[in-house]
Parts: sequence; C-alpha cells; structure tokens
Amino acid sequence: MITIKELKKSFNGFEVLKGVNLIIPENKVIFIMGQSGTGKSVLLKHIVGLLKPDSGEIWFENKDITKLSEKELQKVRRKIGFLFQEGALFDSMTVKENVMFPLKEHFKMSKAEMEKVAEELLSVVDLLPAKDKYPSELSGGMKKRAALARTLALKPQIVLFDEPTTGLDPILQVSILELIKNLKEKYNLTCVIVSHDLSLAFKFADYIAFLHGGIIIEIGTPEEIKASTNEFIKKFIESALL
Amino acid sequence: MNFFSLLGRGFLKILSDCGGIFLFFLKSLIYSFSPPYRFRLLIKHMEFIGVKSWLVVILTSLFSGMVTAYQVNIALSKVGSQSILGGVVALTLTRELGPVLTAVVVIARAGSAISAELGSMRITEQIDALKIMAVNPIQYLMSPRLWAAILVLPLLTAIADLVGIAGGYFIGTFLLNIDPGLLTARMIDMVELKDIMSGIVKSIFFGAYLVTVCGYKGFYASGGAEGVGKATTEAVVISTVGILVSDYILTTIFF
Repeated sequence: MITIKELKKSFNGFEVLKGVNLIIPENKVIFIMGQSGTGKSVLLKHIVGLLKPDSGEIWFENKDITKLSEKELQKVRRKIGFLFQEGALFDSMTVKENVMFPLKEHFKMSKAEMEKVAEELLSVVDLLPAKDKYPSELSGGMKKRAALARTLALKPQIVLFDEPTTGLDPILQVSILELIKNLKEKYNLTCVIVSHDLSLAFKFADYIAFLHGGIIIEIGTPEEIKASTNEFIKKFIESALL
Repeated sequence: MNFFSLLGRGFLKILSDCGGIFLFFLKSLIYSFSPPYRFRLLIKHMEFIGVKSWLVVILTSLFSGMVTAYQVNIALSKVGSQSILGGVVALTLTRELGPVLTAVVVIARAGSAISAELGSMRITEQIDALKIMAVNPIQYLMSPRLWAAILVLPLLTAIADLVGIAGGYFIGTFLLNIDPGLLTARMIDMVELKDIMSGIVKSIFFGAYLVTVCGYKGFYASGGAEGVGKATTEAVVISTVGILVSDYILTTIFF
C-alpha cells in the first residue's frame, strides 16, 4: 500500500500539486484521472522518486520515499515498476536485450537463463515474434508491451503506468488494458494508471481518483464516481461520454 | 541596471555550470570504483573513442607536422638555424600540438556523439528508465566513458606525436633537403622525456575534461530535439575552448 500525504510541488513558481492526499490499496487497479497538465504524471514520478516534492510525504513499506537517498531509492524502485508513456526502451538494444537488461543488472543468471526468462515475459505480452527487432522497428502498442515486459522482469509489487493507452487505436487500447488486468491477476500487482480515458477507467478500474486543481477531489469505485455530485466530475463524465 | 543584471545572471550561469560539471566528474569517478564493474562497456567506449578516431588523428597530425616544419623552416632559414628544425617540430608536437589536436579531433568525432546520444536518451526518458530499474545512470553511462577517454587519449596523443614528427621529418629531408642525420640528432638532443610526458599528462586531463563536459551537457539536456542540438553545440564549444585555455594553464605549470 502507498500513502500520499499533503504532497506539494511547484515548477518555476507555478504550483502543480497543492496538497495531494491519496491511499493506493494493494492488488487493485487504480486510475488517476484529470485534465491534461493537472500534474498526473508529476504525481506518478514522485511515487518512484524521480521528482522530489516541495513538501509532503509518500509512505511505502514504512518508509517515507521523499526522504530516501538515491541509494535507498534504488531498493524501492526494484519493487515499484514504471511504464513510461513512450516506453523509454533503449534504442541501441533489441526487444529481447531490453527485457534482459534488468535481469543482467540485478540477478546472477547465465545468459541462457536470462534469455529464457525474457522470452517467457515476451510471450506473456504476446511479443515473442518481435524479440530481435529494435524499438525503432516497433509500433506504439508493441513498444508499450515490450516496455511492460521489461518492467515485469524485476518482479515489481506495484506498476505505475503513465498514459499506457495514449496514441493507440481503440482496439489496442482495450487489448493493452486487458493485458494489464491479466498481469495484475497473474503477478498479484497493484496497478496505478494515469489516463484521460474515462470509458476505459469505468471498464477496468477498481478505483478511480480525480486530480483537479492540484488536489485529489474524489476517489471511489467506478459506480461511486458515476454517481458523484461534484460539478467538475459530472462535467468530465458528460464530456467523455458525448 | 539591466546590463548588470544580465551580466550577473551570465556569471551565475557560468559558475553553476562549472560547479555542475565538476560534481558530475566526481560522481562519474567515484561511482566507477563501486560494483558492478562494467569492463565490457569500457572496452566498447574505448573502441568508439579511440579505435574509431585513429585515422582522423593520423591525418590531422601528419599534415600539422608537415605544415609546422614548412613554416618553422622559413623562420629558421632567416637566422641560419635550419638544422634545429627537427627538434623544434618535435617539441611543438609533443608539448602542444599532439595533445591539443588529438583532443579537438576526439571532441568533434566522439564528444559530440556522446552529447547527442545522452541528450537523446534524456528526452526519450531512457535515463529515467535506468533509474526506475534501480541502475545508477551516471555509473552506467558516464563512468566507463570517463575511463575510456582517460586511457585512450594518451595513446592517440602518442600516435599523433609520432606521425606529426614523421610528417616534419619528411618535409625536412625530402622537400627542404636537410641532412636526415643532423635533423634526427638535433631532435634527440632537444626533446627530453619531460616534453613527451607533459603532453601525455595533458592528454589524460583533456580526456577526462572533454568526456565530462560532453556527457554533462547531454545528460542534462532538455527541450526536445532542439534541446539536444543546443546541448551538443554547447558541449563542443565549451570543451574546445576549455581545452585551449587549460592547455595554456598546464603549459605554464609544467614549464
């Protein structure tokens, strides 16, 4: 479980997060929704320590992530995976080498063992035929699946997804989220997904949190969100379902 | 008021850059002593910085040695001291031209590529991805490059010295008709081990300096593709000017 308390962050005097409070429960899929530029990705990057807040706390396994040194953060990051919007695959390596990279860095395995694990992960994300391709040869959806396989290589407890469906066609969007849902079941993952797509959130989320004006204005199950009386959320739902 | 404000801002930017570059160097160096030790990457970067630069270094130093011999001969012939041509060329090359030209060639060929590669990795979040996978990006990306440059630059400089001197010898003996024995003897008389070693020590410093500046600029690039271009240009300009300035300072320290 991750607990975020009064998280604040400004960039060049502009306050993006104005005191975010959020509890991310274990083994659930939680969507963080909100308009573009409201700081959803910024919030996600704080959870893995890629950004340091101006104030506030993020608690994970009885440790405040915001107070950890870079060395201590490395231990946390082995448990929290992060899927970047564009995948952030190493373009000098093939898909299989990308997946093998974290194995090479953190496990004492022979090359054959690493190849076996990488191929297993690639088959889980249905990308085994593209194992020898370079990222530049992959489509957007394939890149995201390859990045997901690489993220899973470290066996994280929590995976943070930064807009995993942006830029994909509706069929691919659903297939990526079905994959995430299946992986959540298979590996007992907690999934935090930043997205704009409310219809997908209603379909796949256990909880939906709305970030607006630098704070979480509401969190609840899809049904609770649908029944929300908050003006902004009502407007967001109306616009999304037009 | 505006002028002073701009001046102050520029000065602070330079100070902050100098501090940032120095800290980046220290981190790259310190992290290289902690495991995992990345020998494969070290060899790979040595090949990229060194092996792939040798031809350009040879061409540059050969013609520099030849043109130096030619020009120095004009000056020496006015005082009737052409016999020391070989020594003058060798001194110029081992003390100054060898290390400086090698460093400039490496900046143009490998330094700019390092800056562009790291800049591209930064804007496509590959550096953040390293962090997320609990890999220290400076240790992974910079430490092997730093040692590769430190190890390879002296070797390239030694090649540049040798080829440049050969170029000068060729001009002296075949074009200017100076007795080869005399030319060689004066060269041996005038050049001491200290002269050669000062150039080699300079090249070690230049290697560490150029790879740190180019790496720093790329590593902290921002602003998309345009930002990568800007970072690469700044890396080349700052490292080239820095090499020339530090060459002067090192020369005054050594001699």
